[in-house]
Amino acid sequence: MDQLIAYPEFPHLLSILIFLPLLGIVPLLLVNSDTFSRNWTLIITAVVALLSIRLITGFDTSTTQFQFAENYTWIESLNINYQVGMDGISILLFLLTTFIMPFCVLASWSYIKKRVRTFMICLLIMETSMLGVFVALDFILFYILWEAMLIPMYLLIGIWGGPRKIYASIKFFLYTLAGSVLMLVAIIWLYQYNSYSFFIPEMMWGEYSFTAQLLIFIAFFLAFAIKVPMFPFHTWLPAAHVEAPTAGSVILASVLLKMGTYGFLRFALPITPDATFYMAQPILWLSIAGIIYGGLTALAQQDMKKLIAYSSVGHMGFVTLGIFVLNQQGVEGAILQMVNHGITTGALFLCVGMIYERTHSRDLQAASGVGQYMPVFVTFLGFFSLSSLAFPGTNSFVGEFMILAGAFSLDTNQGLFPWLALAAIPGAILAAAYMLRMLQKVVWGGTNNPDQSWLTDLNTREILTLAPFLFFVLWIGLGPQPFIDLMRPSVVALLETLHSHQDTSLAAADVLLR
Amino acid sequence: MMLFLPELTLLGAGLIIFFVGIGKNGGNLVKNIAIALGAIVFLSTLVASGQEGTLFFQSYKVDLYSQTFKLMIGGALFAVLLFANKLEDIRQEIHPEYYLFLFTSVLGLMMLVSSVELLAIFVSLELSSFAVYIMVPLRDDTGRFRFQMEAGAKYLLFGVMATGFMLYGMSLYFGLTGSTQLDVLIAELPSMFNQPAAVVATVLVLCGFFYKLAIFPFHFWVPDVYEGAANETTSFIATVPKLAAVALLVRIVAMVGDSGTVMVNLLMVCAIASMFYGNLSALVQKDIKRMLGFSGIAHAGFVLLGLLVFHITGYAHAIYYIAGYVVMNLACFLVICSVAPQGENVQIDDLTGLYKRSPLLALTLVIGLFALAGIPPFVGFMGKFFLLVDALKQDYLLLVTLAAINTAIAIFYYLSVVRVAFCTGEEKLPSITTPLHLKMLSIVLMVIIVIMGVFPSYFINYAENTILTLL
Repeated sequence: MDQLIAYPEFPHLLSILIFLPLLGIVPLLLVNSDTFSRNWTLIITAVVALLSIRLITGFDTSTTQFQFAENYTWIESLNINYQVGMDGISILLFLLTTFIMPFCVLASWSYIKKRVRTFMICLLIMETSMLGVFVALDFILFYILWEAMLIPMYLLIGIWGGPRKIYASIKFFLYTLAGSVLMLVAIIWLYQYNSYSFFIPEMMWGEYSFTAQLLIFIAFFLAFAIKVPMFPFHTWLPAAHVEAPTAGSVILASVLLKMGTYGFLRFALPITPDATFYMAQPILWLSIAGIIYGGLTALAQQDMKKLIAYSSVGHMGFVTLGIFVLNQQGVEGAILQMVNHGITTGALFLCVGMIYERTHSRDLQAASGVGQYMPVFVTFLGFFSLSSLAFPGTNSFVGEFMILAGAFSLDTNQGLFPWLALAAIPGAILAAAYMLRMLQKVVWGGTNNPDQSWLTDLNTREILTLAPFLFFVLWIGLGPQPFIDLMRPSVVALLETLHSHQDTSLAAADVLLR
Repeated sequence: MMLFLPELTLLGAGLIIFFVGIGKNGGNLVKNIAIALGAIVFLSTLVASGQEGTLFFQSYKVDLYSQTFKLMIGGALFAVLLFANKLEDIRQEIHPEYYLFLFTSVLGLMMLVSSVELLAIFVSLELSSFAVYIMVPLRDDTGRFRFQMEAGAKYLLFGVMATGFMLYGMSLYFGLTGSTQLDVLIAELPSMFNQPAAVVATVLVLCGFFYKLAIFPFHFWVPDVYEGAANETTSFIATVPKLAAVALLVRIVAMVGDSGTVMVNLLMVCAIASMFYGNLSALVQKDIKRMLGFSGIAHAGFVLLGLLVFHITGYAHAIYYIAGYVVMNLACFLVICSVAPQGENVQIDDLTGLYKRSPLLALTLVIGLFALAGIPPFVGFMGKFFLLVDALKQDYLLLVTLAAINTAIAIFYYLSVVRVAFCTGEEKLPSITTPLHLKMLSIVLMVIIVIMGVFPSYFINYAENTILTLL
């Protein structure tokens, strides 16, 4: 357990952050009042968000071990422990989650009218399991939280969703569950091989045979690629996004999708390095396919939520591209882009939700020309759209630029023509096309706009919901260095160890394939 | 006296119900007496839980293992009695007899878990079975339903056939060892597994319990009996006898020990076939009891995973799994009985808008179903996970993969029920009022499902301790 560093100044910080939302359910169960439910959930999520700032001040960038660690025996007979800890890869995603949740509550303030109490309970359970996933260091703890979150998410879509909510929620549940059952088999196999330990750092960089690595990688890949979702496993995403309530869409886009890419970084790369090198090329081209496909499909959408959902497929394609170029710019860009996508797409879904609350339609035509009557709203929408198309000065530009730089250097370092980066460029252009098309429609529309004069602009609560997102869009866009500094040591250490495996792995693959 | 207390209490309970039946009585009297007697039986198992000793010329052993199972059986019986309705679909004048048979069947099951002699096992098993054979067709045949007779006949015929197999196997055991005492068999059998007769005998004896547990290929009775019997009867059949069946399966498997690859392969095939058959058939069911029947076949297949590793932790996990399964099933049947106060069969569509009609029942159902589906953090997941770990420890990678795929298949039909209960029914439907004792029972069941799932250590250790008394 020498990979774990405790945090004596605040010993149970992570556990408190994880379980505070779960404990927050108790008063909700006792008091049956909509107003109380809203206020209480907002308080709980806000407290968690504020408390998580302590993580930044206490985070030590000089080490690559797992910090704020806690370690307790849980199920002794199988050596399952409650082990949590955080490194440079997980800290940003953890903070993103704690930061997003209060705004999910705010966004549901008037959007959710029925069964408010149940809705808030689902949100709090989601928060606990999402936070746990990012810091779990015991594979079974990870798997339990990873699966447990399906239930509240299923209910969020299934109860408060749109007209096709049943189809969407079942598709979401089945896809994700079917993807991860084989991961459980892989986890148990690893447990056997590592002398009956579920401790994740112990599983990393193990001496597994190439065949075993390949099989484990495939099991991981299925689970994570469906969650990301990578083309061609993406079909659940548009359905789920479109039907989910605003808060559900935001959680899906901002946090759930990141779990897939986080899984690749945390598990696939260190546990199966040889298979990672072997499979990197096909996955890179799948990412390119996702970028182009997501862009082209988004261009054809009339439904704003669907448009953003398909744009997510494209953006997450950039993230997987960045991860599997397996160099420092790429991986750092990928992690930054995960955060960026969480902020930008989350904010876009919030915007669409605000329009939907007024017009009860997500149709682009029905929302056209609102710019004249909702100037504050379209200002926000404009900034977030520009961020989504990676306009310089916004957060996504930094992330995408780093990823593309990583893709370039992957080929040029080997003296090859940079086909990969070249193939990804149209994705950036497509993003501009579909985002500007949406923005043009919403702000100005055409000559036959519906009558929008009855619309009221954003109220204070809505402005307060969106403003922090804008703040981060500009902060990361103009000064990304603090964020990169947080993750850099962990990324460098990960890639160094990974590349020390490269020669042996290619040799192993050669032997196997000859 | 203390050793035999639960059984004596049951016998007394049956007699009391019998005498109540002589007089003329109406209303809820019989039902309330039965509930009170159920509580007394449960208490008696609790009181007798620490007992140890042997009775009846070494053929009846009271130890931690048997008393634990008796406690679970008593608890499950009490729960079933609590949430049973007024038995509207069974004629009023035979209600006392119905409860008499119920108590007799439980008496048989309790004797079964203590029996350590082949003939005692046989007699107890038949005592419990014959009572249930009668309970199934007791459903009213004048009114709406006519398939209870078919169900009863199927149950009887398959049961008798399986018993025949088992009796034949027992006679082979006797021929091989010259004894019907299990402790003699434990000593003699391991050296005999080079003889086909020993393997055949073991397989035949297992058949009897495969039938009770509904493992492929002894599952044919399940869907029809589940659908044809009254809801209360099905609740009983789906839970209490499974406990006793697993108790005896573990006893026999622990007795024969690791008996070579033939046995393992056979159990593996049965496990896989049960899972696929149960899960695939459940996908298309419309009647929820039928669906739970098929899902029960799949779960029985999962229990076999713990047995075919021939290791003490495997047995402990099998017991943990079946205990969890019974609690989850009780939660589901509690809801089924509550939404059908007239005793009618419940179609999945009848659960429409259950969330609005009764939030607590809907929550109970959703937790029960997600637990059955094996979603963490409920007991169903932990049980499945432990069994998969056991099987993979023996390098049965294919078996584990197929079992894991089955959990993915199963989720669909459980979800489709949750969908109906939670996500549909915008129109106004009459709400269901649940009496206080049912509310408490459903909360207790939910808490058990969560506690067993989140803190399994204690239960596993306890199960291991009980098994140590076997060996």
